[in-house]
Amino acid sequence: MTKLTCHELIDFLSDYLDGALPDETVAVFDHHLSICPDCVAYLDNFRATLQATKTAFAPDAAATNVPEELVQAILASRGK
Amino acid sequence: MPPIRNHPTHKGSGYRHRGFKNLPAVTPGLAGLEGDDSLLLMVAELIPTDVVTMSSEEESLVVSLRSGDAAAFEVTVRQYGGRMLTVARQLLGNVDDAQDAVQDAFVTALRSLDRFEGRSSLATWLHRIVVNAALMKLRSRRRRHEQSIEEFLPTYLDDGHQARPVPRWGESAVASLEQDETRQLVRQCIDRLPETHRTVLLLRDLQELDTETVAGLLEISIDAVKVRLHRARQALRTLLDPVLGP
Ligand SMILES: [Zn+2]
Repeated sequence: MTKLTCHELIDFLSDYLDGALPDETVAVFDHHLSICPDCVAYLDNFRATLQATKTAFAPDAAATNVPEELVQAILASRGK
Repeated sequence: MPPIRNHPTHKGSGYRHRGFKNLPAVTPGLAGLEGDDSLLLMVAELIPTDVVTMSSEEESLVVSLRSGDAAAFEVTVRQYGGRMLTVARQLLGNVDDAQDAVQDAFVTALRSLDRFEGRSSLATWLHRIVVNAALMKLRSRRRRHEQSIEEFLPTYLDDGHQARPVPRWGESAVASLEQDETRQLVRQCIDRLPETHRTVLLLRDLQELDTETVAGLLEISIDAVKVRLHRARQALRTLLDPVLGP
């Protein structure tokens, strides 16, 4: 099995999570993760980071109404 | 050099990933996300444009819009404006610029109605237009001083090991992502990313646009989108250490 450094693993982490790596490479990644707690921690945090981006704006998404002034401004700009 | 570097990891077309395996929290439509109107838009984004058909409601709205019907325009603004404002605010970070972008977007939409072919839903089409309007605004805005992304990327020893041990974020820290206070801190961290990287992160990981679409919108290569996205995620991970770390 080919040796893989933490640096290489982390450089390709998005591809790994995307399922964009070939099976042999995934096996090498999985092996590294089975023996390297630092990379496991990095992977866990990386996944949580993706989740964080999603949740960060969640309240925004639920709450936005168009303010009446904006509606009026847009209606007024029609045809200009 | 290990074989991984030689492998064609970026395949260009066919790379239409829109989420992560093993990551239920980012999958739209799961518990906690229901009842959120704006997610309809996200869900619309998940459907390839060739299978989306407009609802009959949308179709008649488009017909009325084309005929210059003022009432139909008002309906459109009220119905879709909120989602568009959300998107613009996420990309621009402030309400005033976001409102300008939405106004610009509606002006553009009216002008380009003839070119709207109904191959996507009206919501998706308006989403693209407001993203574009927000990006134009971003480009015109004066650049504030930004730190280089490099400062937030991990560093390595000569043997390829991480130079600093990664602090483990506990489960309770990750669970706190659901709290308003943590969300606000996360938004501040995202805001600290250099603009070129922040924009890619928001378009890909928040708006869930695919790599090709983002490349087209930003007029950069597909590989550039992938590189910026990965660096932005890594940098954000670093910035979140003080928020989520022990
Ligand atoms: Zn490692």
